[in-house]
Parts: sequence; C-alpha cells; structure tokens
Amino acid sequence: MRVMPSHAKLAPEGARDALLAAASERILVTDGAFGTEIQNWKLGEADYAGSLGLSHDQKGNNDILALTKPEVPESIHRAYFEAGADIAETNTFSANRISQADYGAENLVREINMESAAMARRIADEFAARDGRRRFVAGAIGPTNKTLSLSPDVNDPGYREIDFDYLKQVYREQTDALIEGGADFILIETVFDTLNAKAGVMAAQEAAAAFGRDVPIMLSMTLTDLSGRNLSGHTVEAFWHAVRHAKPVTIGLNCSFGAQQLRPHVKTLSEICDTLIMVYPNAGLPNELGAYDEAPETTASLVKEWADAGQVNVLGGCCGSTPAHIKAIADTMRGLAPRRIPVPPVRTRLAGLEPFTMAA
Amino acid sequence: MASQATSSTQFVNIGERTNVTGSAAFKKLIMAGDYDAAVTVALNQVENGAQIIDVNMDEGLLDAVEAMTTFLKRIAAEPDIARVPVMIDSSKWEVIEAGLKCVSGKPIVNSISMKEGEEKFLAEARKCMAYGAAVVVMAFDEVGQADTEDRKVEICQRAYKLLTGIGFPPEDIIFDANVFAVATGIEEHNNYGVDFINAVKRIKASCPHVHFSGGLSNLSFSFRGNEPVRRAMHSVFLYHAIPAGLDMAIVNAGQLDVYDQIDPELREACEDVILNRPARSPDETPTERLTTLAERFRGQKGAVVDDKAAMEWRGWPVAKRLEHALVRGIDAFVVEDTEEARQQAAKPIEVIEGPLMDGMNVVGDLFGSGKMFLPQVVKSARVMKKAVAHLLPYIEAAKEPGAKGKGKIVLATVKGDVHDIGKNIVGVVLQCNGFEIIDLGVMVPWPKILEAAVEHDADMIGLSGLITPSLDEMVTVAEEMQRAGMTMPLLIGGATTSRVHTALKIDPAYTGAVVHVLDASRAVGVCTQLVSDTQSIDFVAKTKAEYDEVRVKRANASGSNLVPLETARANAFVADMAQKPAAPLRPGIHRFDSWSLEDLRELIDWTPFFRSWELAGNYPAILDDEIVGESARSLFADAQAMLDTIVAEKWLTARGVVGLWPCHRHGDDVFVQHRHSDDHRTPDGGSVPEHIRVPDLDRSNEGSRRLCFLRQQVAKREGRPNMCLADFIDSRGDWLGGFAVAIHGIDPHLARFKADTDDYNDILLKALADRFAEAFAERLHSHVRTTLWGYAPDEQLTNEALIREQYRGIRPAPGYPACPDHTLKPELFEMLADGTGDVAGITLTESMAMLPTAAVSGFYFGHPDAAYFGVAQIGQDQVADYATRRGRPKDEVERWLRPNLS
Repeated sequence: MRVMPSHAKLAPEGARDALLAAASERILVTDGAFGTEIQNWKLGEADYAGSLGLSHDQKGNNDILALTKPEVPESIHRAYFEAGADIAETNTFSANRISQADYGAENLVREINMESAAMARRIADEFAARDGRRRFVAGAIGPTNKTLSLSPDVNDPGYREIDFDYLKQVYREQTDALIEGGADFILIETVFDTLNAKAGVMAAQEAAAAFGRDVPIMLSMTLTDLSGRNLSGHTVEAFWHAVRHAKPVTIGLNCSFGAQQLRPHVKTLSEICDTLIMVYPNAGLPNELGAYDEAPETTASLVKEWADAGQVNVLGGCCGSTPAHIKAIADTMRGLAPRRIPVPPVRTRLAGLEPFTMAA
Repeated sequence: MASQATSSTQFVNIGERTNVTGSAAFKKLIMAGDYDAAVTVALNQVENGAQIIDVNMDEGLLDAVEAMTTFLKRIAAEPDIARVPVMIDSSKWEVIEAGLKCVSGKPIVNSISMKEGEEKFLAEARKCMAYGAAVVVMAFDEVGQADTEDRKVEICQRAYKLLTGIGFPPEDIIFDANVFAVATGIEEHNNYGVDFINAVKRIKASCPHVHFSGGLSNLSFSFRGNEPVRRAMHSVFLYHAIPAGLDMAIVNAGQLDVYDQIDPELREACEDVILNRPARSPDETPTERLTTLAERFRGQKGAVVDDKAAMEWRGWPVAKRLEHALVRGIDAFVVEDTEEARQQAAKPIEVIEGPLMDGMNVVGDLFGSGKMFLPQVVKSARVMKKAVAHLLPYIEAAKEPGAKGKGKIVLATVKGDVHDIGKNIVGVVLQCNGFEIIDLGVMVPWPKILEAAVEHDADMIGLSGLITPSLDEMVTVAEEMQRAGMTMPLLIGGATTSRVHTALKIDPAYTGAVVHVLDASRAVGVCTQLVSDTQSIDFVAKTKAEYDEVRVKRANASGSNLVPLETARANAFVADMAQKPAAPLRPGIHRFDSWSLEDLRELIDWTPFFRSWELAGNYPAILDDEIVGESARSLFADAQAMLDTIVAEKWLTARGVVGLWPCHRHGDDVFVQHRHSDDHRTPDGGSVPEHIRVPDLDRSNEGSRRLCFLRQQVAKREGRPNMCLADFIDSRGDWLGGFAVAIHGIDPHLARFKADTDDYNDILLKALADRFAEAFAERLHSHVRTTLWGYAPDEQLTNEALIREQYRGIRPAPGYPACPDHTLKPELFEMLADGTGDVAGITLTESMAMLPTAAVSGFYFGHPDAAYFGVAQIGQDQVADYATRRGRPKDEVERWLRPNLS
C-alpha cells in the first residue's frame, strides 16, 4: 500500500441526499469532454511521460497527465466549473489496470486515480467556497477495452478474454483509489457491456462496504446502434432491469450519438427509472473527418427539448463537447423545471437482452 | 400456446429442455460436448414460446461449473436466445454463482432454501442481490421439505420475513412450494395437489409481491411413460393452480393440452385425483379410476392428422384459404381460389391488395422472424405469382393502375457476369415483402441499368455479381450514376462482394446511399429501411458512417506487410521433384460430348446446394436439423424429383474436355508444349525429352505457350513458403493438365418455368445444373488421375472422399485464389480448343465468365505436394514484372488484378 497523498481527503458525507436535494430544485449540469480539450494543448510525448521513466510511449495516455502535467486536467476542470458545471468527472476513464497495460503504466493505476480525484475534489471545493453551492466529484470508471459478454474470436463464441472476478478486482483497485482521493460518486460510464457494468457495480459496492460509507453509483450506458442497444445487445429498458440493484443515484446515457439520435431512448428511461436521469451526449455525429462540429447553441437547443418534456435531471457533454457547450447548456437550463422522479408500480423486472416484466 | 391456462398473460412458461436432469437428449449433448446442438435446443425452446429458459447441469459425471458457464456463454452469443432471461438452476451454490458471473441481464436463481440454516440462506440471498438476480426459494427448512399446506405456509412466511429483513426486494422472491406426486396409491399423498393450491393462496395473501413457481413433472410421476395422461394432469393442475396464484412453471409449452379439449372422462378423472375429491363409486377410488382409464390413452401421441384433417382448410373462407396456400406454398388450388376471390371483389386489384398481400405479409413476418426458410418462401412466391398472373388480364381489361407496392427496385447482374441465382432469390424475397422488382437479367451494361431506373422511376438499384471482375463493373455503375446526378440508393450483393470492398471502392464513387447486402434475408430489412420515411435518413447516415470507419481503419492499417518480389521468390516452395508424377498414359486432348448424368448424380455435393438456398448446415445432417431440417427435406425431395426427370428425359448434356501437355517451369512461369504433343510422348513414363527443355521458350514459339503465375508476397512466418503454382512444376521437364466442363441444354426449360411464373423450379434447375458441373469436374479429375494421366491408377475413393478432395493433385481455376488472373482463361481455352475453336461448347464473356453458367475450368497439377492456397495481396513490383512477362500493358494487368492490389 502506498500512502495517501497528504492533500487527499475523503468526500464530505451525504452526497446522495445533497445531489437529490439540488436535483429536486433545478436541472444540474455535469461537465464535458476531456480529450478534445487536451488536444488543444498540443502536448508532446515528453509532456505525457514526464519523469516517470516508463518504457512505453505515453502519448495519448490522457489519464497519466494527473501525474506528469497536472496543470492540464486542472485547467480543464476549472473551465468546466467556470462554464457552470455542478459535477466534475475525474479524468480517469482509462485509469484501470487493463487499459493502462497498453502504456506499461499499470502500476500507476492507484496514483493516477487518487491524484485525479484529489485534484477534482480540491477544485470543486474551491468553487463551492466561492458561492456556497456544493460541487460534486464523480469518479469515472470506463468500460476497459475488454468485454465479459462477447467473444473476440468469431470461431469460438464461448471464449472470453477476461472473467468477472478479474474485472471486478481491476475495478476495485480503481474505485478504492477514487474514493480515497475524494470522489463523491462512482460513475460507471460508457457501458457497452452490461456485464462489465455489473462487475463495476459489485466492485463499487464492496469498496463502499470496506470504507463503511455510502458511495452512490452513477450508471451511464452507451448505445451502439440506433435501435437503442449497447454492444452486448441490451435495450435501455433491459439495462435498467439488469442494474437496478445498484440503487444508482443517476442512470442515463452518454456518448453513443448526438442528442438527436438519443431522444427516444431518453424518453424511455425517463419513464421507467425511479432515480435521477443523467444524459451527456456527443456534440452531434462526427463529420467525414471524424471531428465534431455541432455548435454549442445547437447542442443546447437539442437537450432543451428533453428538459421541456420533463425527462432529465442532469445534462452534460461527451465527445466533441467543450466548455462553450457546457456553458450554453447551463445557460439554457437556468430556470427550467427538473424531471420529477416517478414511482413505478412494484413488479418483478427481469431481463435477457430484452426486458421481461411479470404481471403483479 | 396449447393450453387455455397458459394463454393467460399472467402465466410464465419456463423452458425445461435445457436441463440435464429433465431431458435425456440434452444431457447426451452436453456429455458429448456438443454445445452447438445444445444451443439449438435452447433456441427451439424460445421459439416455442418459453419466456425464460431454465438451465441445469446437475449431473454426477459432469463438471457442472464448467458446463454451466460454457453453455451460458454460448447462448449469450445467440441474440434469439439471449433476448429472454435465464433461470440458473442448480442444487449447488458454486454452480449458481459461476453462472451468475456469466449472465448479463437480470436472471433468476433456482434455488436457495433454509435447508442448511438461516445463515447460509441469507448469505446466498445477499449474493443474489449483489449480482442483481431474482430468486426461487424452495419450501425447505432445517427439518425437511414442506409437504402439508401448513408446513408450506410456515416456511415461506419465515423466509419472506428474513429476506425482506435484509432488504431483499419482495418482488424478486419466487416461492417453489413443492409439487409432489399424486395418485401414487399411498393415501397420505392424495391431498398433495390440494395442499399446494391452498398453500399458494395463503402465502400470496400474506407475503405481498411474491410469485410462485413449480416443477410440474413431479405431479404425474406415477404415470411415467403415459404421455397423454401426464399432459392432461398437468393441464388440469394448472387450470386450478393458476387462479390460486401459481404464475410460472417449468414446463414444455408444446406439451400441454387445451383444458377444454381433453377427453371429458379423462379430464374428470384427473380433476378428481388432483383436487382429492371423494370417490364416485364405492368400489373404485379416484386413483384407481384414473389408473384404469389411463391404460386406454397409453401410446396415443397427440392429434393424428389424417387426410381428412389435411384437407380441412379447403372448407375455410376464401381469404383464409389463400393465406394458407401462400404460407404452405400449395399451388394446386390457387387459380380457382383467386378466381373465387375475384368474383367476390369489386375490382380485381383488391384481391392482390387484400388477401394476397395479407398472406404474403404473414410469409414475410415468418421469414423475418426465422420461422420460415428460403425454399418455403420461394414456393410461396410461386403461389403468389400464379395468383397475380391469373388476375393480370382482368386488371388490364379494367385499365386499373397496378398495385402500389412498397417500392420499386431495379435488379441486374452486371455486364460480363452471368450468375443470377442469388439475384433471383433476392428478387423473390423482396417481392414477397411487397416490393416491385424490375429484373433486367444478366450481363446488363450500365446504360441499360440507369435507363431502366429512370424509366420506371425506381426507388433503388440492386447490382449482383459472382466473379471478381464484376466488382470493378459495379464501381463503374456507381460512377455513372454519380455522373448522371442520380440520388437513389445502390445495393450491392453477390458472392465476391463484401462490406469492405463496398466501403473502399464503391461507396466513395457515389454520393447517394450505397449498401452492401450480405444475403437475401438481409435484403428486406435494408430495402424497408431505405424506403421508410422515418428510418431512411438514419439508416443511410449510419451506413455511411460505418463505411467511413472501414476506410479509416484501412488507411491506418495500410502499413503493408508485403515483402519484395525477389524476397518472396527466394522463399519459394521447394517441391521434391523425385515425387513428380510420371508422364501421362494418354497425353493430348480428350473430349467427352455426353457424360452420363446418372453417374454424375451420385457425385453431387449437396452441402453447397443447400447453402445456395441459405440453409445452413452440412449434408446429410442438415436433413435432420432441428431448425431447418423440415425445409431441407422438402427441398431435397423436390431436387430428387427434378433429377429423376432431368436424367430420364435427358434435359441436360454434360460436355467436357481434358488436355495433358508436356511442360517445364522457368521462374514463376510454366512453358507448355500444347501442340503436337503426341510427338513427345515418352512411353516409359520417364521425363520429357531433352529438346523441349528450352529455357527461354517464348510466346512466339509456335505450339508452345508461356503461362504466367502469381506468387504470394505477404510476409510469412519462419518456415512458411511464399507459394506460386509454378513451384509444383519441375524445371527439368514435367506435365500439366487443363480441363473445362459445362452443362448444356438448360435454356428451353428455364423459358418454360419463366412462362409459368415458376421461380422455384427456375432456381432449382439452375442450382442443380451448377451441382452437375461441379460433380463433372470432380469425376473428370478422378478419371484423369486413374486413367488418362494415370498417376494414381489404384485410387479407390468413396464419393464423400472425392467431395472432400482426399486425393493427390489439384485443379485450380483461373479467377480463383491460387490463380487470380481471369485472363489465363482464354489461354487455357486456346490450348483446350487445340485449333478446333471448341471447348466443350463454352464461350467467354468480356469479364471472362463462362457461358453456359454451369461450367468449371482449370489446370491440373499432379505433384503430391500440390495444394490450394490464396495469392492474396501482391506488390507493385510483381505487377510490373507480371505485365512484362505477359507482354501486356501494366494498367490492363492492374485492372484484372485489382482485388489483389491494396
């Protein structure tokens, strides 16, 4: 065990209630993309690598900047808070042992997460001190690049590259460090494989039990086709049935497509989930060159349709979004009524790839 | 669903066939490790209406953890199975937990209980919560299994209190209150049915939100081997237990009877036993009565369909009769039924738009959901076409506009290509789904395609092709559509087409939508989305984005892994030339003008035949396949009947030619002495004479020909050679063969089928002609090995072994992977023509496709090491070298070899 950085501290208690209370009054705003912002810094390999002495090329390892060039993620967090965000998502999407292995940095997983969470916590508290409005830190855990539900070998559909226990352990290492660094929530995001998410849920719950505190889970699914399924094939409703046991404080969608394409699926989730809905879409669909060029006002006006329909509680951005997008969203949301959490009837809700609800 | 009871939306059928303790057949498959077949069992369950599937691997001789996880992972890969929730069924917790780690939705655990105390029970319940699973709780405690009503109620209430106490969601609790056997002859057992039903009522009232399940097979345990009685008992039991609260049961949905249709006497006897009613006569208890009665039903197997029942549909209303005829593909009565419908309708067009389209929609839905297969759909289309043909004169007489379909599609096999089975199948399937098809046939030049699309105001164009040069022709069509300013979608299909080629070469040529369609079953979905007002934009955008991604990936991956030609040549395959075949016993040209069709029939390889109808599986196993078997058998029977006629009435003629010539290898070329070869015969079978070993024998040399082959250039692992066909030929003199076969005489029969609007027989005959050609190629090769060349005189191979090519030597064809340049075909043909101008009656199109379509040609290599391989990607250095060797302009060579260029 390494020692905790001296500046790290656990998040204040009561994040779940505080978020629910704030969300009952207004539509909250989470932040936008890190990748696009980091690109603006035009960093070289040496900037990423710092003095860590790692053998692999670190270029593109955005998460390691917490250790090697912390001013980059710090300035991005600040920009998003300045733009009006209530929630900062830690820059730790790939800060897990599986993804970091590609950079030979798997032994730094704990430090990256702890530093990233501590940094976000510090800046969140700094902004809270300015105006007395609590800012939240969501410790982000990505899906990894491995999947528990699919075989990478078309000739051997029963094969899996990793198993549940291993992935749970990988996630546990990350969640422990995020909590220690000061994260309020564990955000399991860009869920393309529902079983990966279930392993993440179990890791977060076991971590919370080990710390003896409530660490609310946020879940965000990503759709890989327009019919509204993720890569493992679950519809949004089946996904909700499969993860409802996590008692998530928010559930929703991120990445996938632009806001336009997510509309029917946001509506579905909004109607069935008895928890907050958080959606942070991409800034439209990528153009021919793979770049996102949806204007901030366009994104804001698209997500406003959900707000007007009473379907969302937390909004933000994913790929291609910038502080300008978040500012446009925050400005547009001001004064709009948040979604009311529905009380669905008690039913046995099971799921395969599709939902199955038993009659009462 | 067969039972009145199960038709209730409240009641959940749990599939029980994937349970080794309940199904001997499934157990056998799992024990044998045949997971492919085991997965099919699960699929059938879901298709037969199981809403949840129960998976149980509790068998002493099995590693249950391994079997459970393997099977769950396998069914996770099958969307048609994985769509329903799983019930993980085991008496061992470790098996359940291993299963929970493989299931991505929300499953049910079956089961946990208080058998080993509260602590273990709650620990397992907490795990179920953490994995996100509902749970079946057995009415079992430290004392034992609950048998009486009171014990059942007491145990379930206690479990409910414990579970809700740890925060277990009550709606995720399912009680199994133990269904026990009745009518056992033991008096204490008589009330078990009543105990169960009453206990369910009381527990339901006292434990809000819970559900009830039960395994039905226990109930009728005394009547093992008497299926009719067991089915009746299960149906009667459900009829009474469901209103009490039983809401799910592990049951074979296909094996329940409709309560109302059970023999009344049997039904009453079952009811007396299950409800423990008093005896109806003093000298016979209810159990005795049922036991006696049961003997009468033993051995009956469900409803027996006799001829009378089979013809029952003839008494139905005409619309229903038309639907039945369409779904079953019965054309015997379709003209009279259509006529009857026409007389009832105000206008003839209404018959098409009404009952006929309704029927075809049913067909389309069944096909779309995988409940009907291609041969059946084509039969349905035949019925439809006959009906429409009957109506057309009336419609034209009334000068009504034709039926407005979903959309108009122009289909064509591109210029230079003659293959159309796949295109015709796509056309039929689309017509079944309401599209109007304008089929331009084969070898259609692009101006005609564009013209037809404009003239008919088509919604899209579909291009088909089988040989590689057609890929280029498709690019041309796309470019011309672009130039003409067209915007309609362009569909691409056919054996050599691919998503990658479409993305890289065709899509960039045309700004309108370009979609690669993998097979006929995908065509409907694609076309429907393209004509949809709501989906088309999204679908087109998604497809474009997908193709963009393919292009980006390709661009990133273009760091080529080719080695220079010289390096590849240095790594050539070195054959042991001591093993080379002896000189042919009968060199020169041999012609066969009418090979026996009966002989060829025996050699037909049926697996590709079924594949051409999109029926997956190997012959003969496919005939017994659980899913497509019925369809395959029916198709096979039709094929056999047609073969009988073809042979008896001599519809077709099999013509072939073989040439065996001396040759020698120089570099990657083979120089062939194909004229006057008799002069060089070596009767002793030794090597060819000295004088033909001329190292620089060139094209100008009369009677000799330089065949240039291509060499693999992809970087190989250590020890793997870069192959070239020339490697199998000895530079000091050797022998090479060539052949061509074709099946003639098909056209008048196709014309007859066309006139009769009979697509089914049209496609069937073409597919059979193709099979004859392949069989002839195989037979002729064997004749060459044993007799003409004679290097394997003692070869004794079964037909199967021949089909599997378990023999010495190969017969690669120009245009196929080992020899990808189609332009070697005219060279081969000139040698085979031997100055006569005739090669088994075959002609070549400008794209080097052979006519008639059912034809095969190629070279014979006799060296024991000769093997098939793919030349794959080649470099510019080889293209230049090859162009020089062949004396052709480089750009012309590139055009023909484009599929092999990066």
